[in-house]
Amino acid sequence: MGLISLFQRHRTFAHGIYPVEHKEMTADKPIRRLVFAPELVIPLAQHKGAPAVPLVKVGQEVVRGEPIACADGHFSVPMHAPATGLIRAIALAPTADGPKTPAIYLKVYHAASQAVLYDLERDVDRMTAEEVIAAVQDAGLVGLGGGAFPSHVKMRPPAGRLIETVLVNGCECEPYLTCDHRIMLEQTAALIRGIKLALKATGAKRAIIGVEDNKLDALAHLRQHLPPDLPISAQAVKTKYPQGAEKMLIKSLLRREVPAGGITADIGVAVYNVGTLAQMGELLPQGRGLIERVVTVSGPAVLQPGNFLVPIGTPVRHVLEQVGLRENLGEVILGGPMMGMAVASLDVPIIKSVSGIVALEHEDPDLAYRKVYPCIKCAECVKACPVSLNPSMLGELALARQYERMAAEFNLDQCFECGCCAYVCPSNIPLTQYFRIAKSINRDNQK
Amino acid sequence: MAKPIEIRTSPHLKKAISVDQIMRNVVYALLPICTFAVYQFGLSALVLLLTTTTAAIATEWLFARISRRGNTISDWSVVITGILLGLTLPPGFPLWMAAVAAFVGVALGKALFGGLGYNVMNPALVGRAFVQAAFPGAITTWTPAFAPGRFTEFIPSTFTTPFMQPVPVQDWVMSLELDGWTGATPLAMQKFQQIEAPMMDLFTGMVFGSMGESSAVLILLCGLYLAVRRMLDWRIPVAVMAGAALTTLPFWLMDATLYPSPWFVLFSGGLMLGAWFMASDMVASPVTATGAILYGLLIGVLTVVIRIFGGLVEGIMYAILLANAAGPLISSWTQPRVYGAIKKARGEG
Repeated sequence: MGLISLFQRHRTFAHGIYPVEHKEMTADKPIRRLVFAPELVIPLAQHKGAPAVPLVKVGQEVVRGEPIACADGHFSVPMHAPATGLIRAIALAPTADGPKTPAIYLKVYHAASQAVLYDLERDVDRMTAEEVIAAVQDAGLVGLGGGAFPSHVKMRPPAGRLIETVLVNGCECEPYLTCDHRIMLEQTAALIRGIKLALKATGAKRAIIGVEDNKLDALAHLRQHLPPDLPISAQAVKTKYPQGAEKMLIKSLLRREVPAGGITADIGVAVYNVGTLAQMGELLPQGRGLIERVVTVSGPAVLQPGNFLVPIGTPVRHVLEQVGLRENLGEVILGGPMMGMAVASLDVPIIKSVSGIVALEHEDPDLAYRKVYPCIKCAECVKACPVSLNPSMLGELALARQYERMAAEFNLDQCFECGCCAYVCPSNIPLTQYFRIAKSINRDNQK
Repeated sequence: MAKPIEIRTSPHLKKAISVDQIMRNVVYALLPICTFAVYQFGLSALVLLLTTTTAAIATEWLFARISRRGNTISDWSVVITGILLGLTLPPGFPLWMAAVAAFVGVALGKALFGGLGYNVMNPALVGRAFVQAAFPGAITTWTPAFAPGRFTEFIPSTFTTPFMQPVPVQDWVMSLELDGWTGATPLAMQKFQQIEAPMMDLFTGMVFGSMGESSAVLILLCGLYLAVRRMLDWRIPVAVMAGAALTTLPFWLMDATLYPSPWFVLFSGGLMLGAWFMASDMVASPVTATGAILYGLLIGVLTVVIRIFGGLVEGIMYAILLANAAGPLISSWTQPRVYGAIKKARGEG
């Protein structure tokens, strides 16, 4: 296997980058639990779509697993109590995004059990597609790879569209992160149950699991456990960032492209992260809600990196206290270092979309590679952009504040902020940030 | 008390590469070629290179001060301009003229456009083109390579008083008593007498001409060093060489006595230095991969067209300058197809 794979060219997409992976820090660390934080903070808007609506009152007791907020319409998901305790307040809480948003503060009881006390066992094999879709929404499932898009919405494509293929995203292309790797190794049965449910709900004919070829052990393990009677296959894709972006994975595995401005359902594809499907396979048969997720805690500033099953709402500070930090803590990133968000405060809670906590050290302030030079048209960004934009030109236009021209003539809206251009830029121009600003100004102007 | 945590925007990782590193490596890659020029032509070559480089740096400093751009010398790009300019000049070129060339190249070719990153053309070649027009005599006065005593005495024209006619070198050259010295460079010999210099001499640099018209192999190796380190787009020099060789081929096949052979075209004159170190100037070349190839081919074709049909013996300089001017157009023609772009039906767009 190993020798053959050396000569095998795995499927991939054009352009992209090869950042140092740093995955060895946690790749062999099995998923472990942490003690509960004394208080959990559960924001009502953890997902794309309408925020959840609280079902509980201040002072009310809740048990682990009980619904505490319901979905507000179809494009929304409910929340469940991640621990047994007392609702202390419903008030504003800090988030990684910046603005404070309404959240439920849950005081965890001292001797709260890690066992889930609220469930409703059912036979998922006898459920219809519609029932599965409703159950997925009731479970509060969203894309756990970072997108936090409500999972059930993708199962019901717009009229006239049919889902033919379910792509299971096991790429995990962000440096440092290994939670999906561990999930594929440790939660294989749940993952396969989840894929079965997704196939049933979407009516897709087949499912393909895409795994980057730096995780061939997970690929082999999955292949061993795939049931032969189901149309599920597992494929290796090249280790290259951003392989795990759904548009890239679709290109790599299916040789197809999502049309500009369209959605994956336009070409009959639904993409789910392995973590999402593993949770689906775990929660649905027991009628439970999503109350915890696997988080990789890693980075040079972490003393004991690892993979942890963290209750939703756990403050970042609590997690970091458990793993220990070095003196020189510089930046704390939620998600991976390429697309994740740096937090301004360690009181920010872990929400459903957080796949990792990466703690970096302070950089040497004299580092030459942070000094910004003019663009020298070296074309490294043009060669890196996975959607084939011209970041060099876009950057010049952004400096000239020609934001509309960036969108109208240079396809700014196709940029999904993967960060490849800024990563390779020898002039250290913050291209990705320029594009974020340009897009948000364009959005404001359209209103 | 620990320092507060930092907040930056994604991506939080950055490839450890910066402009000054790239530029410094280009300078490193040029140093062996400079050393060879000094070995060929002696003390005069050394002071010529020092003059162009110093004058280029001084001009950059002056304009950075005037336009309050801060310290732009530390990005090393102007050092490349100075060295490259020196390499395009004849070894006995009067120093004051070389300083003028450096000033014009950096001032008109770079600073007035907005400094590093904004120049349309290669600044060194802008300076070279200026002195080609201003001092046609001096720029075509060649002196022999490997002259005895080149490490102890200067070529007489080197220290010409500013704004005076260069000191004639004929007498000095005669005093060297070299066998068979005609004063015609390999390019001129081929063009006017249809005599090609031995390929081995062109390869190893046992010829004379401009400072950088030296060993083709040496330039190739220095260029490859940069290409391997991804600090130079290999497509450009390869396309320049392919364009030049392919344009020559039909003429040579028609009449091998009149027209140069493709390999002579590749290894003679400034083509090798131009292809690897001047055409490949990142700022003045297209950013797309297809564009880079078209741009390189254009330079190769134009060089040969000028060499064969033009009045000049060497065409690489004007070929690069013309292609520099066409660069933005080539870039916009060759924009890659964006992911997910919907094909427009004819007449719809």
